[in-house]
Amino acid sequence: MSNKFISHEKLRDWLEDLSARFEVWAPVNTGQDAKGVVVYRPFVRDGALEFARKPVESAKHTVFPRSETLVNFKTGAKDGKPALELHVPEDPPARAVFGLPSCDARGFQIFDPVYNGSGTQGLARDNYYLRRRNATVLIVKACSKVLNTCFCNWVGGGPACTEGADVLATELPDGFILAQVTARGEAALGSALLAPASDSQEKQARKLHEEAGAALCAPPDLSASVSALRGKFDDSAFWEAEASKCLSCGACTYLCPTCYCFNITDEARGVLGARIRSWDACMLPLFTMEASGHNPRTGKIQRLRNRIGHKFSYYPSLHNGRIACCGCGRCIKSCPSSVDIRRIVTDAIGITGTAGLKEQKNG
Amino acid sequence: MAIHEQLKKIILDTLPGVECVIGWGPGQDALHGSPVFMRKPEDVDSFMDTPLGAFGAVNNLALFLPELSGKKVGVVVKGCDSRSIVQLVAEKLIKREEVVIIGFPCEGAADLTKIEKALPEGREAGEVTGAAIVGETLKLSLGSEEISLGLADIKADKCTRCKTPGAVISDAFAGIAGKAPEVRDEYADLAALEAMSLDERFKFWEREMSRCIRCYACRNACPLCVCRDHCVAGSRSPHWITQTDSTRDKLMFQIIHATHLAGRCTGCGECQRACPAGIPVLLLKRTFNRGVAEIFGYDAGMDTEATPPLLTFQVEEAHIKEREWQ
Repeated sequence: MSNKFISHEKLRDWLEDLSARFEVWAPVNTGQDAKGVVVYRPFVRDGALEFARKPVESAKHTVFPRSETLVNFKTGAKDGKPALELHVPEDPPARAVFGLPSCDARGFQIFDPVYNGSGTQGLARDNYYLRRRNATVLIVKACSKVLNTCFCNWVGGGPACTEGADVLATELPDGFILAQVTARGEAALGSALLAPASDSQEKQARKLHEEAGAALCAPPDLSASVSALRGKFDDSAFWEAEASKCLSCGACTYLCPTCYCFNITDEARGVLGARIRSWDACMLPLFTMEASGHNPRTGKIQRLRNRIGHKFSYYPSLHNGRIACCGCGRCIKSCPSSVDIRRIVTDAIGITGTAGLKEQKNG
Repeated sequence: MAIHEQLKKIILDTLPGVECVIGWGPGQDALHGSPVFMRKPEDVDSFMDTPLGAFGAVNNLALFLPELSGKKVGVVVKGCDSRSIVQLVAEKLIKREEVVIIGFPCEGAADLTKIEKALPEGREAGEVTGAAIVGETLKLSLGSEEISLGLADIKADKCTRCKTPGAVISDAFAGIAGKAPEVRDEYADLAALEAMSLDERFKFWEREMSRCIRCYACRNACPLCVCRDHCVAGSRSPHWITQTDSTRDKLMFQIIHATHLAGRCTGCGECQRACPAGIPVLLLKRTFNRGVAEIFGYDAGMDTEATPPLLTFQVEEAHIKEREWQ
């Protein structure tokens, strides 16, 4: 299928058209001025769409909600015996996410083997995840700029990487050129409002992709991270130095496109209740708290070690070497203490002088 | 000798007697600093070795003191940070003799949000490739573009109402503490909020809190928030805070947080700075701070011997005329 084009003037018409078939989400400036916080929100025609600044949060919650009801229940009695009525919520609507950066889409590829059974020899198939994942079209917007915290190319991505994308959109001065990547993407591109893209527009898009790619610094070789982090596991001096400044909050995990952990809680009011799945974070103390009251990860040092080790060692050793990080840099950008995951990994491997990464003394 | 060179000398002199000295070092880019834990003399090289220098010393390093209690540590403080230490000592959460406090005459610290807002439309702080302070200006490079910002315009709000630019308490001080400025906190930031009707105000908080991702960076960045691993937000028995994605419960947590800090909060603003979603949570704490100042005449973090008003009670409070209540 040839590529399509939508002008800036007609973008909202098209997204409205899409809204007939999908619940459309897009990055929106939620603040009071031009520099308000950009987050993903359901599309509304007069919303403050923003594609210039990178959303503060990842698009993870569009497929993996911060909190979702797994089952509603009602307790009662029947024939003198306790009885339980269960009600599974209806299937969520099909979604289309427009304008997410490539790193956010690639994040779901780290989720997939954990939740679709492929990475667990079929042991775990998470239908709640899969029904949303399979009903979501990801329309990636190629990045036109690189932030200081961006390192997608360290972990196999790039500003216009199509891995994980269903459609790749590239913003030109007068609109977006839309390239179909997967069969799922076709459903989003079937609109009379879209014009065929011209050769010169295609050429402009390719040039923008090359320029953005060239703006990234040369990546270091992280292939030794699996063994290096395993080797550092018991090096408490190393982890103490790296974790000293960590404040042990969940900002990094909750902003991360690849952190997939959750907790399950039953919440009831009288006879009615719900079993809820909500995000959890290995940086928080309750994550490993055992019923006995014992917590094997006693402090922030063990928790940060787990976060880094999981992404750059344990996950890749279980999933064909794939690093569980998409290089979006949000954990660095929004860390109140400027903990830099790139530096911890390069320190563990023993790489120095990485381009784009300021040399620092260990914390 | 420049202040930061004097500080380095004090830190080097302090190091032999302590586990580490906590200061500010480089962060991920020209605009960001980061806490640095100096253990060896060579670690001191990175102290304030950043384009913004002391102006980039934004983190309140008093945060780390309770978790290091039992060890003797040094810490470099701005005036506001020293108030957190005073409060921690007053509440016996840290031992005075375990901390070597190193002060300097602070001229204010940067607000990264203000810097981002001052950049041209569509540009963000992460695009800044270089920075330098020249006189009263911060000169920024964004690739080939150059932008100049007045320091006064990008200083944190707390600095404009600061009464304690030098440390309230210190064991060593670099340079000479200036005279305490004659400023009165008019709580101007609360006026806009309070001009709203209750309904508008509730809508304001619902809109702001809708961005909350429950990462609890606000809580963990607070030097006076000391429940740590035993926070009400994590309690499952009883289950105080729902796990549903409820905006009201997120606001509920903020109100609990602010209430726990009433009469203890020194207004350092780290909760708001730490929030990745840009939620103005300091407004809640400042509402309580003003109330505590009016009712009890108490300003947290000024006197290590004082007892915070809500950690004690008087049979007859000077400003609460219970007997006159109808």
